Amino acid sequence: MLSLPTAYCAACIVGVEGSLQQLPGVRSARVNLTLKRATIEADHDVEPQELADFLTSIGYEAYELDTGVLSSTATEKSSRDLLMRMGVAGFGMMNVMLLSVAVWSGATDATRDLFHWVSAAISLPIVAFSGQPFFKSAWASLRVRRLNMDVPISLALILASSISIYETANSGRHAYFDAAIMLTFFLLAGRYLDHRTRAVARSAAEELAALEVPRAHRVLADGREEVVSVNEIAVGDLVRVVPGARVPVDGMVEEGESEVDRSLLTGESLPVFAGPGEMLSAGEVNLTGPLLIRVAAAGKDTSLHRMADLVAMAETSRNRYTSLADQAAKLYSPLVHILALSAFLAWLWISAGDVRLSINIAVATLIITCPCALGLAVPAVTTAVSGKMFRQGMLLKSATATERLAQVDHVVFDKTGTLTEGKPRLDNIGDHTAEDLAVALALAQGSSHPLAQAIVNATQGEGIRAARISDAKEVPGHGIEAVWSGQPVRLGRAEWLGAKGIDRTATYLKIGKRPAVAFTFTDNLREGAAEAVASLKKQGMKVTLISGDAHAAVQDVAFRLGIEDYRAAMLPEDKVAAVEALSAEGRQVLMVGDGLNDTAALAAAHVSISPATALEATRVVSDIVLLGRSLEPIGGSVALSRSATKRIRENFGISAGYNVIAVPIALVGFATPLAAALAMSLSSITVSLNALRLKG
Amino acid sequence: MNVLVYLIPISILLGGVGLAAFFWTLKTQQYDDPDGDAHRILRDEWDDAPPED
Repeated sequence: MLSLPTAYCAACIVGVEGSLQQLPGVRSARVNLTLKRATIEADHDVEPQELADFLTSIGYEAYELDTGVLSSTATEKSSRDLLMRMGVAGFGMMNVMLLSVAVWSGATDATRDLFHWVSAAISLPIVAFSGQPFFKSAWASLRVRRLNMDVPISLALILASSISIYETANSGRHAYFDAAIMLTFFLLAGRYLDHRTRAVARSAAEELAALEVPRAHRVLADGREEVVSVNEIAVGDLVRVVPGARVPVDGMVEEGESEVDRSLLTGESLPVFAGPGEMLSAGEVNLTGPLLIRVAAAGKDTSLHRMADLVAMAETSRNRYTSLADQAAKLYSPLVHILALSAFLAWLWISAGDVRLSINIAVATLIITCPCALGLAVPAVTTAVSGKMFRQGMLLKSATATERLAQVDHVVFDKTGTLTEGKPRLDNIGDHTAEDLAVALALAQGSSHPLAQAIVNATQGEGIRAARISDAKEVPGHGIEAVWSGQPVRLGRAEWLGAKGIDRTATYLKIGKRPAVAFTFTDNLREGAAEAVASLKKQGMKVTLISGDAHAAVQDVAFRLGIEDYRAAMLPEDKVAAVEALSAEGRQVLMVGDGLNDTAALAAAHVSISPATALEATRVVSDIVLLGRSLEPIGGSVALSRSATKRIRENFGISAGYNVIAVPIALVGFATPLAAALAMSLSSITVSLNALRLKG
Repeated sequence: MNVLVYLIPISILLGGVGLAAFFWTLKTQQYDDPDGDAHRILRDEWDDAPPED
């Protein structure tokens, strides 16, 4: 299974499938353009990574997906199941409606009875089959002595069907078969929309997770290396981590020297030295030299996973949130039941004991108030809003995230990797002589270290040519040394050069016996960060910056973005405490962060956003994932979610409005099956149209 | 009105045929890749139905 993020056209299908099938060992290849994936059947010895590289080389960007993480089959099955029930209900509805039209337009006596019997024969089995999701959910909630939206639905379906049979058997005038089956169809439509929105979000989230195929290079006793899945690594194994790779396990360095980037775990932007005896945690990135690590903890025991405990504690606060739909159901269910029951009792008293008439009126009340529109009110809007957000590059993972996002009045940002790219930029190029810069460029060219790369980019941007050096050698963990016009030159850490370090992200250049000069760096702001902060402030929200990084670096970023409230050197627990303190003040906090150190704070916040570059553990706890590089959509998303919540409320208002008109009619006994059918379809259509008016 | 005796079964039968067709489309996974299918139908070369997996 490969992911093809850039496939979009018919030519891509032909190109990918055709070229894959010409490869040796590939049996079949099939592109799914909707999911942007390719499923390939191949012989056992064909490596997925090779296929992905091959596709990328011919112009179709491709990544390997870990099939174990994709559980799409279960989701697909239940979605297909819902679609089938909806299809059946739709089929029955059309047939029964045709028969009902005849009854409404004045069929009498034997004809009417015949039509009623035919309707019964069609609708009873179909309601029993298609209504199962509602019956099951209603039963589950009744068993724990609670009322949800499905209880009145199920009750209405069962009562309407039974009273209609009774009426038909007694040649009565009104039968509600059409209403029962129509209700099933509309409600299933709402349920299906809801399910699809969530399935799309879940499959996209799973795909992000499946993109990180966790592999490790295990070194065997005889010195050979093998590539294994991280799950197979045991404590005590030796693992090799090449420069540029993420450390897959917790462990101690046995051999080799390098620098590691801890920014995802702690928020520190300055790389840390790692040599024999140093402890490393899973998730850190090895920068310069190869390291041999003795595994201390792997898989579920790594510090990465232990962070989950902190998250679980923080998350309980969020579970207390009741969605708008639940609030409406809580209000609605008892009200409807009381109404129907009182209608029954009142008519029993008025008609002096005519049970048949009283039940008829009670059922009419139940059907007319039935939450057709209520059932569609939320799914229609969520479908519209998640589609809009997806096009803006935001993946809505939680169903209630929109509602919660709409309430936000305080935004907390993390610095490293969120507001900044985590990529340094040389900022004091003007302080150096052209000669120094030329030497620095020559030294830096040979290294893949981020600071070296930053020097290369900056100096080449100034049009500087590299000096001629010889014997260049990278000393992993320390820097690069070489010989330039007969004197030794070194570029690297302060301690290695014997220079005095300054309190900034910096690297140092020493030429011969001259004192070392410092190259200082600032972190590049992420694209759209300034726009997002400005737009949030314009909407009247407070913005806070909380980072685990050193004070100077945090202050600099806060100053550049115009954030007055910033806190530096915060531990993960401090971040949670800060978010919780804001919530205690009555603020609804939106937390935006990417690091593992933000994870608990993300879970504690009212609603949370993380970029796609974040670790999987972080993406799991956040409600919204930013798919693109830019932060800009955050500004608009709050406005969009406010508009969506407004639409949901309007939809509740509309369905309540229909009820205000229809219920009195039903209560006084004028409701006919025709009136019920009209009220139901009209309200459902208005609600769906209203959802489509969503702006943003 | 005797015409109803065979018209109603016929109409239900026709509806049933439609329903059976719908089941068939579900079973052969024709709703899995709507975007891709929209493009595939315009292609010159013969393209078999999606593989059952």
